[in-house]
Amino acid sequence: MIETGSIMGKGKPTFFKEHQNALYKSLEDKHTTIDVDDTDPLRTRMVLNMGPQHPATHGVLRLLIELDGEQIAKTKLDIGYLHRGIEKIAENKTYQEFMPYTDRMDYLSPYSNNVALCTAVEKIAAIEVPERAHYIRMIGCELARISSHLLYLGAMVMDTGAISFFIWTFREREKLYDIFDNLGGHRFTISHSRIGGVHNDLSPVCLDMIRTFVDEFPKELTGWGKLLNKNRIFYDRNDGVGRISTEDAIAMGMTGPNIRATGIAYDMRRFKPYARYNEVDFEVPTRLEGDNLARYYIRTEEMAQSIEIIRQCLDKLPKGPVRTDNAKKTYPSKDEVYYSMEGLIHDFMMTDTGVCPPAGVECYHAIEAPKGELGFYIQSDGTGHPWRLKIKSPSFSNLQGLEVMLDGEMIADTVVMIGGVDPVMGESDK
Amino acid sequence: MENVTVQEVVDSLREKFGDTVLEVTEYQGDTLVRVDKDAIHDVCSYLKEHHRFIYLADIIGTDRFTSEDRFEVIYNLVSLKFQIRIFIKIRIPEENPHVVTLTDIWTGANWNERETFDMFGIIFDGHPDLRRIFMPEDFKYYPLRKEFPLLGIPGSLELPGTTPNTE
Repeated sequence: MIETGSIMGKGKPTFFKEHQNALYKSLEDKHTTIDVDDTDPLRTRMVLNMGPQHPATHGVLRLLIELDGEQIAKTKLDIGYLHRGIEKIAENKTYQEFMPYTDRMDYLSPYSNNVALCTAVEKIAAIEVPERAHYIRMIGCELARISSHLLYLGAMVMDTGAISFFIWTFREREKLYDIFDNLGGHRFTISHSRIGGVHNDLSPVCLDMIRTFVDEFPKELTGWGKLLNKNRIFYDRNDGVGRISTEDAIAMGMTGPNIRATGIAYDMRRFKPYARYNEVDFEVPTRLEGDNLARYYIRTEEMAQSIEIIRQCLDKLPKGPVRTDNAKKTYPSKDEVYYSMEGLIHDFMMTDTGVCPPAGVECYHAIEAPKGELGFYIQSDGTGHPWRLKIKSPSFSNLQGLEVMLDGEMIADTVVMIGGVDPVMGESDK
Repeated sequence: MENVTVQEVVDSLREKFGDTVLEVTEYQGDTLVRVDKDAIHDVCSYLKEHHRFIYLADIIGTDRFTSEDRFEVIYNLVSLKFQIRIFIKIRIPEENPHVVTLTDIWTGANWNERETFDMFGIIFDGHPDLRRIFMPEDFKYYPLRKEFPLLGIPGSLELPGTTPNTE
């Protein structure tokens, strides 16, 4: 902790000196028009550094907070501690090679990220996806959404003081991991989606596991609602905390549950339906309050909606192939690779050159990831590598809103607000 | 009020701004309008005021690696009311890459412009807080420019020692 007024003089950074000094200066400069009453000795002002290594910042988020007593006068967020340059990596990989990297962006819902990249590439290279693959992707995406919201719920409730709840949501996530293990062979970073479809079909065992989950999970959800919705401590710690107005949320570009909690039904599944979201029936929950409690309600309602979507997908699941049968556009199936010469050649060609969209075209495709609008802007130069691949990551936009949200709140609620916004640093730092 | 399509927005842009609208391309349903660099602020404030593009989803920088008009900045705008999306593109020369900030139109352009500055070195005039966002200030290169090597430049950042200081 450093006293203000002398922060520029006293703060002696040991590394990244210019960076630290610029950040201190930026904090001093932030809305400098506010006059502060310095006469009351109890209203001491100090600068508090939180993170990047802080257990409650959900990753390597760093906050520089100027406190006025217990109240936050102003905040600056410092991100980039998990910057791995994946946009640069993407320019040097084929589209399919880059796909596993997207798992590491929003590592709480890898399935959505795979689908986001694959649909974007399918859009720019004009690849058709079989019907069954669309439904499998939708099931995977919704399971990923539940998995991500479960972590949010557990961590956020733990931030408000209820430790045991974290174990309960993780028990359900464990079931989801088992499903993903059965679905794609990995528990965590699944990489199941392929350009032109998905890697493999759902096994009967996997279908049974999903059905069981769909039947049992709503009971858990109702039980948690009974525990939390009228819980005095939980309610009071979230009600009115981290309120952001609709205008601010739009102006800051917030997305996902955070913008829906302020009354804007901005959902990619409705805005521009991808996969087969226009054929299933679901609601986009919205609230008007824009506070942490509203964000909690939105996410629990979304989980219930996801279950409905999965149930409909299971009913509608059409028969057929799970990957396009066009060896110029997608990997051939392993049966072909192992038993025919052409298949092997095509497999080599796909690995070496990959999918080549037309030269000089560019397009954007976004999906509704658990955190919000996850989009890929791709510019192609006609080769198998993207010329430029820009990731529009929802956490990045949401964190920018967090910077506005924190001003004027209490220091004790900081952690709850970070939990409520639900950022994932792997995604926002790229 | 009836729905407005992207085509109508493009037509009204052409009518209002005439020759400053340089090029309109469409691919797979995404409409991209290239406008003159000096007109970007007027075009964007017009789109916000008259066509309700109140939501700025993203700002995309690209490096074309050509001798003239090397950099591109693409604004990804969304109209929440009409549920449409439009892309506005400008080109910026390599020497002295400057463009006017849009933070006065959309406050949220702040971080996106900082990201574009960090990655490409494009300077947004009038930006309230133009610092690097992912890389530290001590870093002197722009990593997403095409000439920057994939493996980075050794010694470009002073990092803390791997062993604790025992003094």
